[in-house]
Amino acid sequence: MKAKKRNRILLLILGLILMLLWLSPFYLMFVNAFKTKNDIFTNILGFPTEWTFDNFIQAFIDLDFANSLFNSILISLLSVGIIIIFSSMAGYALARNTSKLSAFLFMIFVAAMLIPFQSVMIPLVSIFGQVEMLNRWGLIFMYLGFGSSLSIFLYHGAMTGISKSLDEAATIDGANKWQLFWKIIFPMLKPISVTVMILNLIWIWNDYLLPSLVLSANEATIPLKMFFFFGQYTKQWHLALAGLTIAIIPVIIIYFIAQKHIIKGVSDGAVKVIPRNK
Amino acid sequence: MKNRSLSFWLFMTPTLVALGLVVFVPFIYGFVYSFTDWNGLQANSFLGFENYIRLFQEEHFLNAIWFTIKFAVVSIVLVNVIGLGLALLVTQKLKTSNLFRTVFFMPNLIGGLILGFIWQFIFVSAFNSAGQLLGLEFLQGWLSDATTGFWGLVILNAWQYGGYIMIIYIAYLEAVPQELMEASEIDGANPFQRFWKVTFPLVAPAFTISMFLTLSNAFKMYDQNLALTGGGPFKSTEMIAMDIYNTAFSDYDMAFAQAKAVIFFILVAAVALTQVYYNKKREVDL
Repeated sequence: MKAKKRNRILLLILGLILMLLWLSPFYLMFVNAFKTKNDIFTNILGFPTEWTFDNFIQAFIDLDFANSLFNSILISLLSVGIIIIFSSMAGYALARNTSKLSAFLFMIFVAAMLIPFQSVMIPLVSIFGQVEMLNRWGLIFMYLGFGSSLSIFLYHGAMTGISKSLDEAATIDGANKWQLFWKIIFPMLKPISVTVMILNLIWIWNDYLLPSLVLSANEATIPLKMFFFFGQYTKQWHLALAGLTIAIIPVIIIYFIAQKHIIKGVSDGAVKVIPRNK
Repeated sequence: MKNRSLSFWLFMTPTLVALGLVVFVPFIYGFVYSFTDWNGLQANSFLGFENYIRLFQEEHFLNAIWFTIKFAVVSIVLVNVIGLGLALLVTQKLKTSNLFRTVFFMPNLIGGLILGFIWQFIFVSAFNSAGQLLGLEFLQGWLSDATTGFWGLVILNAWQYGGYIMIIYIAYLEAVPQELMEASEIDGANPFQRFWKVTFPLVAPAFTISMFLTLSNAFKMYDQNLALTGGGPFKSTEMIAMDIYNTAFSDYDMAFAQAKAVIFFILVAAVALTQVYYNKKREVDL
């Protein structure tokens, strides 16, 4: 018994050391964001000799943070919204229709997951450029295309847990397919909708490459703006680090509020990507 | 019956149109244009396999493939060891387990671009400073050559992705039946034997998933590569994704870049499918 208790304490200490190790990059970013340029030069590892907020003010202005935050929120929410609406519909239709065509379409969606973005990137930009859709609306449509595969896959899997007799009962009561889906089925898909939302939100919020190819400067999202900002301040670490800190604070706050849902969503999603053997 | 198929198409159309226009049309378009002298707008002549022959003669592209493969192999080992290790630690029912999970997973919520910039500061400035303080020569001059650039990417990836893979291992570790562990304990198995003979075979499916994710993640890595090393010095740390991007949008050699993109697709698909096939074969079922 004694040995068990000792082991527990050793594990706790190991965990705490690893936790500090994991947090150290954030620590270095955070403390140095409060330092003056000279202070960073002579004193990187310790606390600031004098805490200054000037870096944050300048970074906030140069990042055009209010605007890029708005762009990020608008694009992420609209994209995730249409992914949930249209992927749940498709997942339902594919799961309930047992024809060969339906099985083929499902396979097409799954196969699309094997195509890396770089393989379609160049023609995508060329095609959307020709129809003048290289803007935020085009981007949201692209996110539906790239996000639908995994989302449909997850919804399709969740549908197997919803009994067909529900469909039949509602149909007898006079509901058409549209009403049946939105009033009965979709509310029951809520847990998987949360997973789909979290997985797509993390990806779209942080995406850099696609927005960089599609968006103009005044539509820039946070990662895109950060790239330009960083290029502007190479070697001026006090400003660069303040900008990085501003960019990640909203994410960290939301994470600590909703961490259980987020970790569960990621876990459910990742484990279901490849179905278990049975 | 007619009505039923109408509603089927109503439900399918939005995602089918989006997937078609965003993935399949560009994919086919790109495949066809990789055999021409396409400049992004028009193609004047059909070149056959000329682009493909050229890319296998381009030393830089072969280096990018080799660099990516090396990175993928090292990452798989490191990320899975870290992921499984962290998962074993946080499933020990310590009071702080939830906090540990939250912290270890945190980097995954922040995009690769931002993480790459943070680590650029650490490798270049903080490592330098710590190296002077501790008198450790190897901490100085990071990211200034291909070797430290490589290990920089590996460390960033392990730190970021270890917590993600941890989540997957946790899901499987929590499903290991407690009776099995108790039975093996009564039979006199030590903790090490219990891990190798009981736990490890039962979390093998998690290894399939995490290997698939680590591999495809490593092969498609772009943001971290761009932010951490920018492919430098002298393109020595450019991975395949970045090489394709630069060929297309820095050199404006569109058809050639697209041929590389087709090879990239074949590589990613082959690796992913082979890997899943072999891992599925050696898993055990409960």
